[in-house]
Amino acid sequence: MVPPTALPTPTPEPDVEARLALAEHLLACDEPRLCAQHVVAWLTRERPSDIAAWLVRDSGTGRWVCLAARNLSEAQRGALAFQPDETSHPLAEALTQGAPCFFAAPRAPLPAVGCIAVPLGRPGAPAAGLLLLSADGPTLTPDAAWVSAHVGPRLAAMLPTERREVAGGELLRRIIDTVADPVLLTDLEGRPHIANTRAEVLLVAGPDASEGRRRATELNRQVFSSALASFASGDTSTVRRREVPLVDPVEGIDLLFEVVSTPVLEPDGRESLVSVLRNVTDLGRATQALGESYRRLRDTEREARSERHRLDRVLDSVPDPIILSDPAGGMVMMNGPAEKLFATHPDSGEAVIRRLRSNNASFSSFLANLLDAEGRPRWRGQLGLVDPATGATLPMEAVASKVLGDSGELTGIVTLFHDRSEALEKARLLERVKEGSVHLEARVQAATAELAEQNEMLRRQAIQVEQASAAKSQFLANMSHEFRTPLNAILGYTNMLLQGVSGELNPSQKRNLTRIDSNGRHLLEVINEILDITRIEAGRMPLNLSDFGIPELLQEVMAEMDPIIARSKLTVSAHLGPRVPAVYSDRQKVKQIVLNLLSNALKFTHEGSVQVQAEYVAATSTLTISVTDTGIGIDPANQEKIFEDFQQVDSSPTRAYGGTGLGLSICRRLAAMLGGRVTLQSTQGEGSTFTLHFPRRARRA
Amino acid sequence: MMNPSETPKPLVLVVDDYQDAREMYAEYLEFSGFRVAEAKNGQEALDKAFELRPDIILMDLSLPIMDGWEATRRLKGDDRTRAIPVVALTGHAMTGQSDEAKGAGCDSFVTKPCLPDALVDEVRRVLATHGGASAR
Repeated sequence: MVPPTALPTPTPEPDVEARLALAEHLLACDEPRLCAQHVVAWLTRERPSDIAAWLVRDSGTGRWVCLAARNLSEAQRGALAFQPDETSHPLAEALTQGAPCFFAAPRAPLPAVGCIAVPLGRPGAPAAGLLLLSADGPTLTPDAAWVSAHVGPRLAAMLPTERREVAGGELLRRIIDTVADPVLLTDLEGRPHIANTRAEVLLVAGPDASEGRRRATELNRQVFSSALASFASGDTSTVRRREVPLVDPVEGIDLLFEVVSTPVLEPDGRESLVSVLRNVTDLGRATQALGESYRRLRDTEREARSERHRLDRVLDSVPDPIILSDPAGGMVMMNGPAEKLFATHPDSGEAVIRRLRSNNASFSSFLANLLDAEGRPRWRGQLGLVDPATGATLPMEAVASKVLGDSGELTGIVTLFHDRSEALEKARLLERVKEGSVHLEARVQAATAELAEQNEMLRRQAIQVEQASAAKSQFLANMSHEFRTPLNAILGYTNMLLQGVSGELNPSQKRNLTRIDSNGRHLLEVINEILDITRIEAGRMPLNLSDFGIPELLQEVMAEMDPIIARSKLTVSAHLGPRVPAVYSDRQKVKQIVLNLLSNALKFTHEGSVQVQAEYVAATSTLTISVTDTGIGIDPANQEKIFEDFQQVDSSPTRAYGGTGLGLSICRRLAAMLGGRVTLQSTQGEGSTFTLHFPRRARRA
Repeated sequence: MMNPSETPKPLVLVVDDYQDAREMYAEYLEFSGFRVAEAKNGQEALDKAFELRPDIILMDLSLPIMDGWEATRRLKGDDRTRAIPVVALTGHAMTGQSDEAKGAGCDSFVTKPCLPDALVDEVRRVLATHGGASAR
């Protein structure tokens, strides 16, 4: 037995490409036997006649058997098998050595001269496999050395999946099966070496398992492996805890396990993990529910806080002071306006603090009213507070209301204040306005009474005036009658004397009687005209309407005036316009007006002519009868005056023209009675035109 | 007193309470060839009318005891005097006295003041209208 020597530098460069290919191949291979076959094939790829064999320990029997071999017959392979305690067996010897052994001489059952046996596995750990190669010397070829160093451990690690190994025997297995929680021994990647029944249910699907169950266990394995892999990245020496969500493959429900993994070293030196899974599904749910509750509690608290905040803001936004007191009367909360009245500030002056105290005392005694009054839900009252800043009195109205709990117990008192300064000021102003209005009313009443009195007086005066007017009219009527009776006799006897009833008169007598006669007639004329005006004013001039023709009326007028016309040197003519219709009016009055106008014209015209013209204005259904003279004319200033009573242009006592001065005044009044009027156009020194306008059909007044 | 062989002069009854006026008209009527009787009021006018049966009556309307309207109404209501024409002498027509006079049965009316010759003219005219009055 020659101990292996240090590896000489190989003459050829290591075939890196081939090694990478093998490594890839092995990484993709899960099956130990295939892997072993690959390896032996790879090792003999350059010298196909070389012998290569791979031995592993059978987990069932503990016997080392040939897993893969090259250039060995079945018999030769079988001969290589050995028991570890078979010390005479060269391979057992090599295994015991724990290092590569070169057998130069032929030694049964080795198939040929020049063999080297290499134990495979992690350094320091029991060998997991044995590689037998034909060799020229104790030195391993570079490839063999590479394989033993790198591939060996991997192959060794793969072996346990080949078959479940019950470490410690059936008893141990039964013991761990009784554990209610899943228990597993796994390699670092999470591949189970040992699993109790509970763990198997989760992670292993039997050959006859349903597709769903197979998938579930597959999924669980992946999850579990990745959980363990994350352990492996850290310090492996300590116990690790981790929560792993798995699926119950039977029930299909989600489960949550707490995995407690403890790293252990297997007898073969491999690192493994013992994992105990504790079902914390219910605990997880409880935790989740607790978290939810907590979150809700937080929300509620936050809401309550914001609610409180909002309440504060609402209260502060109320301009009236509000105070919340506890049942004993202590202040719990107040809004901004209340703070100004009741709350002290560190920098408050002495006077301010005194006023604040006074306010608090007032408030306390006010609250006492409510607290003393059993059963009353609220108390309303007046409070004399003081403005702490200025000391001005603040008349307040306050309403304190009890706040009752669910069972009717007193939990607090809310007090609202209302500043009554403004209201009182308004009331005061209102009072003054009322006072003023009462005064005003009294004055109005007095004025009204006075007015009524004056009205009554006026009414009486009007009646008196009316009565006086009527009396005057009656008086004038009587007077004129009384005037005329003697005048009748005067004129009558004068007339008789002039006619020679009492004998012939001498010229002197005749002349004097004629003067009596003419003066008497003038007097009569005056009296008649006064009587006319009186009657018109008294409303006692009747309107006698009838149909009549204008031509006949003009003829009559001309005939009546003929004696006067004959005496004058004037050219007097009457003209009738085209289509002058018959009219319906008061003939007597129309005639009287025309007579008067013509008489005036004759009186005030010394030479020239006087024309009477009648026209019909169809557009207005109006008749016009105008009298145009070439007389003295009338100054515009006097044109209105001459229509007034007793007025002539010359009103001096010695006026040149006779007449009463009542003629035009009467004409105007009579025209008005007919619904018409009398107009005047005149130029002084050239003549005048007086025109009577009256409707073709008069209306009875 | 009437002489049927002579042409009888018409008899005029002048009724007026104002003596001067009454006598003035009477004098002028006699001067103008009429016979004249006089009465001072309405009642006297009725008495004289029934007694004398004048040919025409000049009746002032405003009279004491019985006014001219009432007297005229009675004269016109009596067969004995109904045919006798009555000429009313009115004051200046104050309230449509002429209408009222006609309503009372007056045959004509004359507004005072009225000169004696104008009155005689009216008397003659009325008598002429009532023709044959002088036959009585």
